[in-house]
Amino acid sequence: MNVDSFETVVVETDLLILGGGMAACGAAFEAAHWAKKYNQRVTLVDKASMERSGAVAMGLSAINLYLGVSKGNNSVDDYVNYVRNDLMGIARKDLVANIARHVDSSVHLFEKWGLPIWKDESGNYVNEGRWQIMIHGESYKNIVSEAAKNALKELGGNGSYFERIFIVEPVMFQDRCVGAVGFSVRENKFYVFKAKAVLDSMGGAVHVFRPRSVGEGLGRSWYPPFNSGASAYFTLKAGAEMTCQEVRFVPVRFKDAYGPVGAWFLLFKSKATNARGEDYMETRAAELEKWAPYGTSKPTPANLRNYLMLLELEEGNGPIYMRTDEAIKKLVAEIPDEKEARRKMKELESEAWEDFLDMTVSQALNWASHNIMPDESPSEISACEPYFISSHSGASGAWVSGPGDLAPVEHHWGYDNMTTAPGLFAAGDASGASSHKFSSGSFTEGRIAGKAAIAFCADHPDAVAIDDDQINALKEKVLQPLIIFEEHKGYTNDEDVNPHYIKPRMFMFRLQKIMDEYAGGASVGFKTSEALLTKGLEYLQFMKEDAERLAAGNLNELMRCWENVHRMWQAESHMRTVLFREETRWPGYYFRTDYPAMKEDWEAFANCRWDPGTGEWKMIKREIL
Amino acid sequence: MPSFVINEKCDGCKALDRTACQYICPNDLMVLDKDKNKAYNRAVDMCWECYSCVKICPTQAIEIRGYADFMPLGGVVQPLRSTDSIMWAVRFRNKMVKRFKFPIRTTPEGTIEPDAGFSTGTDDLKSPVLRTEPDSL
Repeated sequence: MNVDSFETVVVETDLLILGGGMAACGAAFEAAHWAKKYNQRVTLVDKASMERSGAVAMGLSAINLYLGVSKGNNSVDDYVNYVRNDLMGIARKDLVANIARHVDSSVHLFEKWGLPIWKDESGNYVNEGRWQIMIHGESYKNIVSEAAKNALKELGGNGSYFERIFIVEPVMFQDRCVGAVGFSVRENKFYVFKAKAVLDSMGGAVHVFRPRSVGEGLGRSWYPPFNSGASAYFTLKAGAEMTCQEVRFVPVRFKDAYGPVGAWFLLFKSKATNARGEDYMETRAAELEKWAPYGTSKPTPANLRNYLMLLELEEGNGPIYMRTDEAIKKLVAEIPDEKEARRKMKELESEAWEDFLDMTVSQALNWASHNIMPDESPSEISACEPYFISSHSGASGAWVSGPGDLAPVEHHWGYDNMTTAPGLFAAGDASGASSHKFSSGSFTEGRIAGKAAIAFCADHPDAVAIDDDQINALKEKVLQPLIIFEEHKGYTNDEDVNPHYIKPRMFMFRLQKIMDEYAGGASVGFKTSEALLTKGLEYLQFMKEDAERLAAGNLNELMRCWENVHRMWQAESHMRTVLFREETRWPGYYFRTDYPAMKEDWEAFANCRWDPGTGEWKMIKREIL
Repeated sequence: MPSFVINEKCDGCKALDRTACQYICPNDLMVLDKDKNKAYNRAVDMCWECYSCVKICPTQAIEIRGYADFMPLGGVVQPLRSTDSIMWAVRFRNKMVKRFKFPIRTTPEGTIEPDAGFSTGTDDLKSPVLRTEPDSL
């Protein structure tokens, strides 16, 4: 591919929203309103099509964050306490509270826009658990993206969105973020977006660790494989401080196809047991006391529920089963009238299948291909590989400013959700220490960040002149894999095997192997140590050097090259932070064999920053306030 | 496969200005083979089986064959999505078939008004009040 043929397209805007998922759509919806009043331009850039991009692409069967404050169901404080406990004390109260106080408004908007939410006879939402409400959510993302696009349309010429543009790097003016560069995955165009403020909402990271299935099932990660670490890379490269980069998430889901278990546990009151039918949450309850006060609070934190299950597997007590059959029988047995019981059975069956069909169709296919009827036989569950997803039960992301009216002074530096790099904002999986946002909270955090970013634009009306040399250097860097391929492809008769370069696919496998074996992946039972991490980091340095030799034969491969560079940076910040925190705090997510217990002096945030000036990493311990 | 294209049914979206599956795939996997005028999935092991291509295909030419490294042959899950509901046919390996229909949307496509009738209580850019609040809370 001839790199000289690449046209450079320059787009000037005020607020640049990166990503097209829930957080980005929330940002577009909110920013458009304030941009209109304060005469600002808003531009959104998505690597896919907004209609089906991001983690909600397939749909969802529940909204996991809804408080119902107006009905007196819960308070913001209740939610903050729940989140902090689930994360073993490591959460920013100000950030969680800020999302929680606005989230009901987002859910009410979704319903008006057309999202069908389950209702009971009195017209109230049907709760799956305390914070979760059931939806018919196959078209959740279609609906939300339509609202975001229509909001941008209200800005006329001042609102726009670009699809199929892959964002690679931030554009900086000293320590301030003033734009981003990337390329079209459809045509030979290099894009430069110049902005006064940039909002990073490009999702979490998957395929950093080796998936359990490595054939076709490689793609069946629980979180989508197209969430490839772009958010963390962007804030890291901008020199922003990061937090909780060690707090990965390991979900326990139906085995292999990774269908959701929430409805089974919460709505159908199902139990999970070992092969002998023992409920390990009961038989191993004493283990929880070692992780007090979090282990002894209710509900039991997700990572500890995982941990008790992992202990069962270690002792050879698998397979682990979700006792779907027993749960359904129990629910039906509660109805004495036979006809009514049959009707209930039918209803439960439909609800159980919809749970999968709305959000993980593969799980329905897995049951169908194994002839599994949930009311007749139990189904295996297992721990997936680790993911980076601060919107769920992980916490990794940028360290952002809290709201002035809720945050302690140490956590507030002027604009909600602004990172420590001026002009750069983060939301959704891109911001850290504010777990359990889920879809509704990510959208809400996008709104919060979107409004604050417009305020930043209004306060900084002068356009920053961006040096052409910086842009030219970035263009050369971004397109480098195409140049390397062109230069060397003729040397061998197999374009994938060439001593002069490495293709992105094998580069990804190399990263996954390092992470799995040295950083506590699924194949080693999520265990790691200083010795293993040090060795892993040593291997990662070779990868960083080889990243300069990545080769791409076409635009799709060019995207894969950069996705894997992004993953590599996510991996490095993760390993460094796991190494820094000399304790085990989330034993069901990872276990430090050299520091096997929780320590009081690590009741703190483990932050890190990569210095763009020196290329050095700095580890920072910050107090929980 | 996971998503695969049935030769007989795919017409390369000749009646449209773009190939539907290529437009929608969140992982940029579906491409059009211009010589054959048929779409295909270029990296099946990067497929999330999200069914976006299956649902959008105007000729119903795309289906999913479950990941062969853990799913036995014979299961089929096929949707038919309309503007307000989706119908699913779930065929088991033992040939049993279950059918489900679920609502997906309560408003006509394209009609969303962002404010949804809620009003915003302030013009203050520095206030914590967001668009449509406090009305929408």
